[in-house]
Amino acid sequence: MENKIESYARSSVGSLVNHMRRLLFRVLSTGPIPNHIAFILDGNRRYAKKQNLGEGMGHRAGFVTLMSLMKYCYELGVKYVTVYAFSIDNFKRRPEEVQSLMDLMLEKIEGLLKEESIVNQYGVRVYFVGNLKLLNAPVRDAAEKVMKATANNNKSILLICVAYTSTDEITHAAQEAIDEKWGEIQESSKASIAQNGEISQEKHEGNRTIKVADIERHIYMGVAPDPDILVRTSGETRLSNFLLWQTSTCLLYSPKALWPEIGLRHLVWAVLNFQRVHPYLEKRRKQV
Amino acid sequence: MACLVSTCAKLAFVFGGINPTTLSLQATPAKQHALRFPFPCSSIIRCSESMARGARTNVLSLVKAMQTQEALPKGLKPELMPNHIAIISDGNRRWSNEKGFKSQLGHRNGARVMKEIVFLCCNWGIKVVSFFAFSTENWARPKEQVDALMCLFEDVIQTDLQEFMGYNVRISFIGDKSKLPKSLQEVMATVEDSTRGNMGLHLMIAINYSGRYDIMQASRSITSKVKDGFLQVEDINETLFEKELETNCAQFPNPDLLIRTSGEQRISNFYLWQLAYTEVFFSVKKFPDFEEEDFIEALISFQKRERRYGGNKY
Repeated sequence: MENKIESYARSSVGSLVNHMRRLLFRVLSTGPIPNHIAFILDGNRRYAKKQNLGEGMGHRAGFVTLMSLMKYCYELGVKYVTVYAFSIDNFKRRPEEVQSLMDLMLEKIEGLLKEESIVNQYGVRVYFVGNLKLLNAPVRDAAEKVMKATANNNKSILLICVAYTSTDEITHAAQEAIDEKWGEIQESSKASIAQNGEISQEKHEGNRTIKVADIERHIYMGVAPDPDILVRTSGETRLSNFLLWQTSTCLLYSPKALWPEIGLRHLVWAVLNFQRVHPYLEKRRKQV
Repeated sequence: MACLVSTCAKLAFVFGGINPTTLSLQATPAKQHALRFPFPCSSIIRCSESMARGARTNVLSLVKAMQTQEALPKGLKPELMPNHIAIISDGNRRWSNEKGFKSQLGHRNGARVMKEIVFLCCNWGIKVVSFFAFSTENWARPKEQVDALMCLFEDVIQTDLQEFMGYNVRISFIGDKSKLPKSLQEVMATVEDSTRGNMGLHLMIAINYSGRYDIMQASRSITSKVKDGFLQVEDINETLFEKELETNCAQFPNPDLLIRTSGEQRISNFYLWQLAYTEVFFSVKKFPDFEEEDFIEALISFQKRERRYGGNKY
């Protein structure tokens, strides 16, 4: 009997909290809502130490927080959410820790395919962004499977950066763009000589120049617009080689809370700050 | 006799020796600034001797050599000082608006603060300091403002930056110079050439620069090298790419610390690639109000940070 009352009370409180959250989001929606929020999930290991948890438990707690934040973002109307799950630099950590993270990733990626996962609940299309060749085969295969399975979802987008650094991304994009451009130059030179017997120098120079669009066509994060807000938890204010190209005009927010401790209030504060600077940034974007 | 020698030596320090062509004395503001520092007798005699040899002595290099480096302010540890500090000097126009002045006055006060920071960096052993003076996106501002800024840059480079030469400061300009007024380009080239051999603080001023511009110019440079057969596409890696960025002229091209004033929390297309592992400090003060104590606060904050570069710590 007591269990029934307790369960009823819990579900009532839960329902009330959900209603209040939706009301809060309605109020926030009277102003501009960011289209894309990126998160650096920093502080999992410090959280585990702080709470006297075992190795790897901080990251598990961090995953639970990620699911909550994703839910809040999609309810608020944020279309793109990007998370920095694993950097190429993280391969420098102790092999046991790296293996533990890979195992956790495999478990959670496979979990995304389940019926009750947030991905199906909110119609989320998932992209894994990074140098996926650096991942072990099981994780890579699981990631490919999830991307394929969610390819038809179109309500929201989740970008999970694994085996990623921005400098690797830019170098890769430049390499692909230069390779493509070099191929075009060679082909157009041959075609031009075949037709006219000479190459027009001006046209040749124009075709040779790499443009911003060439880089953006090959950049891993090209499937999403630039983020409006970049949140890095645990109070550290640095980018750690994340989205350097994409965050040129992005609002940076670094709450002191460790990643597993971050909650709705931090998201609301970030959105309010975004709404404060949005008119100025929009004006500048139009001018440029 | 000793009195005569010391008087001649003091005149030499102020006026920088005798021009061998005209036998005239030359005074500069920088050298008057040098008078603030004490002159031990043995150094005065050394200076008189070099003057007597008829060689034009770099008087301020002697002053710099004699002068003891200032001790760091309380709270700062010498082993944790950053090698390269980058500064987004934001808030000049808002500062002017608040005080009811024209924006030019805000920018001129910003130039004054820039000089003060450079002198602090010289005294505290910072190797590189860079300032974001004008972004590629700033051309969208009203023409009157842009023209005033270009004039200010020319004025500051021609007169104020001369003071740095005596501190052995090397001055470089990064950004797309081709779009700047010709007279400004000439002044910049002269200052860069004349300070290229200086081995003290490296001052980098970004004019018509942006992080994306730098990445694009590096990409174009690499494309040319591939086209000309110096490189294969497969050779392109992060190390090669970084060498093509304009900041590669500095011994420490990537900032350890980025300071942005005026409370805005964004990078605004300043360094992008170079900021991969940079610690960022946001100051609420507008740049013309940024003082030595604020700079110390930024440095203390930097020294408390744990830089893990993605690796092990916990």
